[in-house]
Amino acid sequence: MKPPPFEHHAPRELGEALDVLAEVGPRGKVLAGGQSLIPMLNMRLAAPEHLVDINRIASLATVEPSTEGVTVGALARHSQVERLAGHPLLRQALRLVAHPVIRNRGTVVGSLVHADPAAELPAVLALLGGSVRLARLEGLREVGAAEFFVGPMESAVQPGELAVSAYFPSLPPRSGTAFREVARRHGDYALAGVCAVVTLDDDLHITAARVACVSVGPVPVVVDVGGLCERRPASTVDWAAVARAVREETEPEGDIHASAAYRLQLVGVLAEQALKDAAREAAGPWGSDPVGT
Amino acid sequence: MTTRLFGEAVQRREDPRLLTGGGRYLDDLGSGALEAAFVRSPHAHARIRDIDVSAALDVDGLVAIYTWEDLPERVGRPLPLLIPHPALTHGRTAYPLARDVVRHVGEPVVMVVARDRYLAEDACGLIEVDYEPLKPVVGLEEAVQGAQLVHEDVPGNVGAHLVQEVPSRTGRSAREAIEASPHTLAFRLDIERSASMPLEGRGVYARWDGSDLRVYTSTQTSTSVRMAVAAALGLPLPHVEVIAPDVGGGFGVKIVHPWPEEILVPWAAMRLGQEVKWTEDRREHFISSAHERGQVQHVRVGFDDDGVVNGLDVTILHDHGAYTPYGIIVPIITSTQLLGPYRIGAYRVEFSAVYTNTVQVTPYRGAGRPQAVFCMERTMDKIARYLGKDRTEVRAANFIGPDEFPYDQGMTFQDGRPLIYDSGDYPTMLRMIKELIGWDDFEPAEHRGIGIGCYVEGTGVGPYEGGHVQITSDGRVHVSTGLTSQGQGHETVFAQIAATELGVPIERISVVTGDTRRFGYAVGTFASRAAVMSGNAIALACRKVREKALRIAAEALEADPGDLEIADGLVHVVGTPSASIPLSTVAVLANPLRYAFDEETAKATQFSGTASPDKPPVAEGDEPGLEGRDYYSPIRSTFAAGMHAAIVETDPLTAEIKVLRYAVVHDCGRLINPMIVEGQIHGGVAQGIGGALYERMVYDGHGQLLNASFMDFLMPYVTEIPHIETAHLETPSPLNPLGIKGAGEAGVIPVSAVIAGAIEDAEGIEIDRMPISPSELFDLRNLAGQDAQTPCDDREP
Repeated sequence: MKPPPFEHHAPRELGEALDVLAEVGPRGKVLAGGQSLIPMLNMRLAAPEHLVDINRIASLATVEPSTEGVTVGALARHSQVERLAGHPLLRQALRLVAHPVIRNRGTVVGSLVHADPAAELPAVLALLGGSVRLARLEGLREVGAAEFFVGPMESAVQPGELAVSAYFPSLPPRSGTAFREVARRHGDYALAGVCAVVTLDDDLHITAARVACVSVGPVPVVVDVGGLCERRPASTVDWAAVARAVREETEPEGDIHASAAYRLQLVGVLAEQALKDAAREAAGPWGSDPVGT
Repeated sequence: MTTRLFGEAVQRREDPRLLTGGGRYLDDLGSGALEAAFVRSPHAHARIRDIDVSAALDVDGLVAIYTWEDLPERVGRPLPLLIPHPALTHGRTAYPLARDVVRHVGEPVVMVVARDRYLAEDACGLIEVDYEPLKPVVGLEEAVQGAQLVHEDVPGNVGAHLVQEVPSRTGRSAREAIEASPHTLAFRLDIERSASMPLEGRGVYARWDGSDLRVYTSTQTSTSVRMAVAAALGLPLPHVEVIAPDVGGGFGVKIVHPWPEEILVPWAAMRLGQEVKWTEDRREHFISSAHERGQVQHVRVGFDDDGVVNGLDVTILHDHGAYTPYGIIVPIITSTQLLGPYRIGAYRVEFSAVYTNTVQVTPYRGAGRPQAVFCMERTMDKIARYLGKDRTEVRAANFIGPDEFPYDQGMTFQDGRPLIYDSGDYPTMLRMIKELIGWDDFEPAEHRGIGIGCYVEGTGVGPYEGGHVQITSDGRVHVSTGLTSQGQGHETVFAQIAATELGVPIERISVVTGDTRRFGYAVGTFASRAAVMSGNAIALACRKVREKALRIAAEALEADPGDLEIADGLVHVVGTPSASIPLSTVAVLANPLRYAFDEETAKATQFSGTASPDKPPVAEGDEPGLEGRDYYSPIRSTFAAGMHAAIVETDPLTAEIKVLRYAVVHDCGRLINPMIVEGQIHGGVAQGIGGALYERMVYDGHGQLLNASFMDFLMPYVTEIPHIETAHLETPSPLNPLGIKGAGEAGVIPVSAVIAGAIEDAEGIEIDRMPISPSELFDLRNLAGQDAQTPCDDREP
């Protein structure tokens, strides 16, 4: 379990990194937190000739919250984002990512680029309609979440490109969020997971409701269930119908840890729980029991 | 500090070293050595047509490539079958490197030695082995049909077949007793594979200086590795030293020896004249070491209206994987320990040890007992369910009484000796576990259940262990024993025994284990035997030393040895503390010297006036020095016991299973150190919960292990393990001087049975297969829902 030979590049400036990436093209891989890449190298499942290690590029280690949203640089670690982003859904999601030691090394942007359909952060980006900024020698491009996740472990990043930041938009007022998942062990990739955002009007009626589901399709599955909530207060929504609708949009597969049928069951249960949690959070102190039982 | 330490919760003396990075594990040694890596079979079953190494020869830093054909005759022989048994008619072991056929994914085919492990793996990747794939045999039921054979000369893939019958007191066979019973049940049980998963894998590091070989290996038996290496390499035993350094866990897998690498690495070191090292990586540990647990059991039981078992008939298919290097110890233990604390009317047990194209099966902590207890305790639960009785009542109705010891179960145990329980008190233990968990107050609720499991564990198997104790002229006590340590706390408990026996503060006592330079005769650390075997041997050795110390001190103090006692390292006359002599001085007096090198030793030289001029300095029949050596060899095993209970909660929607409470009552005779015993129990229960709810070896139909990494083989984290409540019962063993029984494996043994019982209680669905995942529980619920109209049990009326 030792990696095959590779050339290690340690640029100190973004420009330098882009130069190297342009030169090595498909023969290169970017090393940031290394929480997925290093095991793949050690197991010789990946054998890039060049590793472009961006850990010395201090300008990428940024977390910039604003009223519109938070921009997370390519070197911002999970734990740093959890502390600084000021974004409730990101915080909820990051608490479910592995363990503190991994969160101290792993990066949010790295997780997005890795595009594991079982990971939490791609679902968050998809749910919020965020985007990823890709840089190459010739310039920048911004790719929306819907286009960014192409397939399992496959993102829109092209050879020669570096994902420099991700943008997670803020939520409208009186919105609530939640992330629910079932994992075999604490911190494991979820067997199924659902993150939800619910927005209420002044009368605490639901005006918008969306979920993004984890581990039940090749990419995060976003389902808009706002219509099914019919601008009702959360306590009178037909949640079973909502859960059914979410289930119908997913195509889980079975593996050694869970059957497809079980995952389908989970995604419905978790969607209902996450949506209710989000509605409860959106109502805040105003609604004493906005969801009902 | 008091020197009366036996029985006290002394803090582990090895922990400051082990917990602050001061441990020296195999891979911490030999930083300049050449490193080995292996090309291992990617096929479960294939014939090797050709091995082409030419592309690898260009790797910079390559030193050597070896295939089976390169091995000398002695080295290339099949590995030893360690424990032969008359029923093992078709025992088979692997070659150190595959000769012509590979029989499981992971079998070593080519050894590469290079400047470092990276380069060795690069070279491995360039070696091309041409395989002719053969149809693999996977799964017990497929294997016993015998359509495909793992070994061409083993018909039906059955390596061993053994029947043991214990008739009832009236001479009835088990089958007759079942037929004559008012109630009978028949069912099938399944236990899946798991494995020892030490944090440190295996590893070997060898140095050859032209005449002497020194081997460091991460083993549970250094003395046996020494004999095996000497034999395979044709070296005289005194020229081979084997040392187990700090070992990061064993759990059974490291009692197997010699591993191919334990022969090949020393051989390569000798051949190359350079140090060679190999450190197992995690994937190698999954596919190239050993697994355990996999069994299918068919059970028939006959019982009366009170649940008293008249007859029990169990037929076991035991998955042995590709080879049987450790004999059939695991299924023997399953079949002989199955009866647990019960007096069963008549018993018949039959097992077939079946070859499959999977990793070989050798003992893993519990060693066949978790399967046995699953069988017996599921049987008790089913009887209770059938009769509508409390599960503890049915168990109590079958217990061996406290006045029935020694109790002969009428079988032959794994040590080849009669299975006779030495002591125990099962009714008291049941009362204690019921109180601890609150059995009688448990409020039944939907999705909340309680379970119980009882076991008896034969511990401290022979043939022997030894201890050597030396008191040096600085007053320090040096204890050594030949068996090895893997973190159990031997440095602490053996020092406690020595401190108590000798009256010396524990700070002055050091303990060395597993180093053949210090102690050459030993068996090894397995079968919950270290405390019983080496503990007693060390106590006996200490008694010899004590006797000599008192004799010498008596002369110096002009007192009667019977009037002397030792406390805090001082020998003094009872009742006259001022008349005393330190053990350090006694050690000096014990060793007459010609030369002095400090003030203390000067006292023992020829002009010091301490010795009588009329006697030889060393009396006839005596030896210089204050040291003693003794051995403990028991007539048979001593039987520990325990009862566990758990409360679980299942999620009605997600089928997640949560252990809310876990309670253990444990009897390992006299406790040397209750904290260490509790630690052993905690670790064992954690492994048991792993085996019940998380761990399995997932083989596909091609014999590929699909979860050979910690990504997919789910060892529980601390977050999955509940607080474990423990209570101790002490029924001393009459068999050994210290009255102790083994505790190492206990915690893991009944856990699957307990959790299955609790889930069954929570769900009302029979749980006959372990481990169980939420996904499987979800499937079982759906099946039960479908079958709700028709009774789904397979009871015979």
